[in-house]
Amino acid sequence: MALAPVRRVLPNGLTVITARNPLIPAVSLAIGVNAGASADPATSPGTAALTARVLDKGTTRFDADAIADELEGRGASLSVGAGRQQVVVSATCLVDDIGAVLPVASAVARQPTFPEGEVATRRAELITGIQEAADDPGSVAVDALQAALYPDGHPLGRPVRGTHDAVAALTRADLVAFHQRYFVPAAAIVVAVGDIDAGKLADRISRGFADWSGLPTPIPLPPAPAARTDRALIVKPMPDKSQADVAYGNVGLSRGDPDYYAALVMNNALGQYALGGRLGDSIRERQGMAYYVYSSMDAGLDAGPLMVRAGVSSDNVERTIASIDAELTAVLTTGFTAAEVDDAKRYLIGSLPRQLETNAGIAGFLLSAEVYGLGIDHDARLPQRIAEVTHDDVARVARRLLDPARVVVVVAGPWSGPAA
Amino acid sequence: MVHETTLENGLTLLVQEVHTAPLASVWCWYKVGSRDEGPGVTGVSHWVEHMNFKGTTNIPRDQVKGIIEQFGGSWNGYTWIDQTTYLETASASALDRMLFIEAERMASCLYTPEDCESERTVIISELQGGENDPEQRLDTEITATAFKAHPYRHPTIGWLSDLKTMTREDLYGHYRRYYVPNNATLVVVGDVDTADVVRRVQQQFGGIVSGVPARRPTTVEPPQGGERRVHLRKPGTTAYWRAVFHAPAFTDPDFFPMLALDAMLTGASGLNIWSGGGVATPQRSARLYRGLVNTGLASSVGGFLAPTAEPFLYSIAATVAHGQSIGAVERAVLDECTRFAADGPRPQETDKVLAQLRARFVFDAGSVTDLAHQLGYFATIASWRDWTTIGDRLAAVTPEAIHAAARTYLVPDNRTIGIFEPTTGEIEAR
Repeated sequence: MALAPVRRVLPNGLTVITARNPLIPAVSLAIGVNAGASADPATSPGTAALTARVLDKGTTRFDADAIADELEGRGASLSVGAGRQQVVVSATCLVDDIGAVLPVASAVARQPTFPEGEVATRRAELITGIQEAADDPGSVAVDALQAALYPDGHPLGRPVRGTHDAVAALTRADLVAFHQRYFVPAAAIVVAVGDIDAGKLADRISRGFADWSGLPTPIPLPPAPAARTDRALIVKPMPDKSQADVAYGNVGLSRGDPDYYAALVMNNALGQYALGGRLGDSIRERQGMAYYVYSSMDAGLDAGPLMVRAGVSSDNVERTIASIDAELTAVLTTGFTAAEVDDAKRYLIGSLPRQLETNAGIAGFLLSAEVYGLGIDHDARLPQRIAEVTHDDVARVARRLLDPARVVVVVAGPWSGPAA
Repeated sequence: MVHETTLENGLTLLVQEVHTAPLASVWCWYKVGSRDEGPGVTGVSHWVEHMNFKGTTNIPRDQVKGIIEQFGGSWNGYTWIDQTTYLETASASALDRMLFIEAERMASCLYTPEDCESERTVIISELQGGENDPEQRLDTEITATAFKAHPYRHPTIGWLSDLKTMTREDLYGHYRRYYVPNNATLVVVGDVDTADVVRRVQQQFGGIVSGVPARRPTTVEPPQGGERRVHLRKPGTTAYWRAVFHAPAFTDPDFFPMLALDAMLTGASGLNIWSGGGVATPQRSARLYRGLVNTGLASSVGGFLAPTAEPFLYSIAATVAHGQSIGAVERAVLDECTRFAADGPRPQETDKVLAQLRARFVFDAGSVTDLAHQLGYFATIASWRDWTTIGDRLAAVTPEAIHAAARTYLVPDNRTIGIFEPTTGEIEAR
């Protein structure tokens, strides 16, 4: 069943995408704006994250109380989140309430007032979140890995949530300027999915956003990140924690890379399939060392990291790192079996209907397909793209991306380094 | 339209046809959870859940991997205080495979000694990963403090010493005692034909022999009779504050007034503890969000009232904001509780939260997986028919009933307060 979405580009440059899904009488709306952390000024990581937190706390048309009244008397939910590429305003409501919720969501994206008091309150809120992350071995390990893989001010080297000092220094004027610069129709995509005619929904959204104006400011492209050519171990001692988090990886590839689909299959076989692919077989199932071990790939507009993650007791840190090395080496020397590659492909293709079942799942898929320019019929073409991946493609991309001699390994937790 | 059948061996089957996507979700629910565990074997239900993914008489260990992934499917399971459950969601063409897995899981798991040992350390790793999170530590302590008699007091994952000493025989005995068809509910929702499902279930499960599940504990938690406190002082960066109140069970007439009360205090969270319906809780106009987060005292506040078989806890949890004091957060929450118990709901406040909860109940069933979860969950803690009446029970909630619930439950003698105070002072994250 193809999604058959409706897609329009308005004269002001805004892209509108809608699709019908009849499961429940509700609608999910997502307004994605290319103003994520990759647009943060280099000296002010956290700008997009704080903008997202203050965005829905008052607009020229609706103050904070009016936003609450419009939404909450109807049981509608609206939230704003910042990611690497985009800030996304998400709303969910019953079908009958879309007429009331849409103007609020639109005002939040287009006409926020950033009240001074709200900036102060949400800044402290974000700083609290930054502090909490500093106490979480998983976040500490991933942040340190990204910083090591993406040095010299590359946006991927900085956490989306920002840093304590940078966020503490952000002012209302910074948020207003960031909003004016990036929140423009040509940099935005509105997606809506629910039990409502897709054409009529697109009409309604188009009318609501037709008077949005502003010209886009391109986000400066960072230099293409260079993969590590050596191996490094970084230890972040957190002696009071119960177990250690390992983050192990190198620069991966971007969403537009010709090897993307081969890498998707490779990553699935390596550290996703069933309970964590080959890595899960070794570290969780055979050796019983970890509750979670998996690999992940962050292929955005930039080449994000390909990383392996595990949570293990301090006694098992060295054995875990050695096991990851051994699994990567095995893939490089003997490769995956034909059955492993076929299984991963069948799974990735077969899981699409599940991904595309819920309103929010469909909206997220359509938004991401638009961000990466994959085409409006991406859901129909994706199975073929995965099916075309060959065993040789997977072997080639493994050689390109997996080499234990060229990785950064971070350990955060009650472990102070390898035994002498 | 839910179709209910009971097989001769006592297995309850619930089927609902939903033809919007070519998917089916199968859940098998057992009436066994951590409240069925005594000293020495805490955590056995959850460990058994892990063991039941490790190969059966007819599914060799090396063929478990991929058994449902081949159909693009996902599988999972969870254990909590009242229940243990397993699910597969996949292409509807994999229905037979999903039923086969659940029939094997019910009757034919292997429990080899090597697998039991290797899973012991996986579960200890799960426990220690949880301990890395100060909020989870606090939840464990506050629950054990609030209950002194009822077995809801110990954590579902178990106490560490029990996880170190339990034997293969403890695990296997627990499995054989509770994994019998007359202690289970099988739920199938999706792009299926009801008569066909009934026929296939009869084929796959009809031959499984029924048993006598152990009697569930009957201990009733005595009235608390005075405020309790637990104060953790440990290294960390952030302070957390909690209050838990003994709360009504799902079938208690006070449950829905209490749910509305929670919506007024912290926002309407719905009744799907599996996914939350995948929708953020609407909090902007909730009293404690305004009193704590909008004022800058806390960076977040949330409430949790789970539908449970026996009286569990209503919890209010806040993260103390950078630079604010734990005491100020505590005063703000307790003052609001006192005010609410004195004055009750404001005009229109009841209408607002009932509208929110009505919408949440729709979002709660936003996929075949969620719908099947809701049917099985309520079948296990009460009856599935109780889930179909939640709209009526909600509609019957009055401002007076909410006010009465506040006066009954939000009182000092019924509460336990938990504090996590970081001892290393402020660590700057750069």
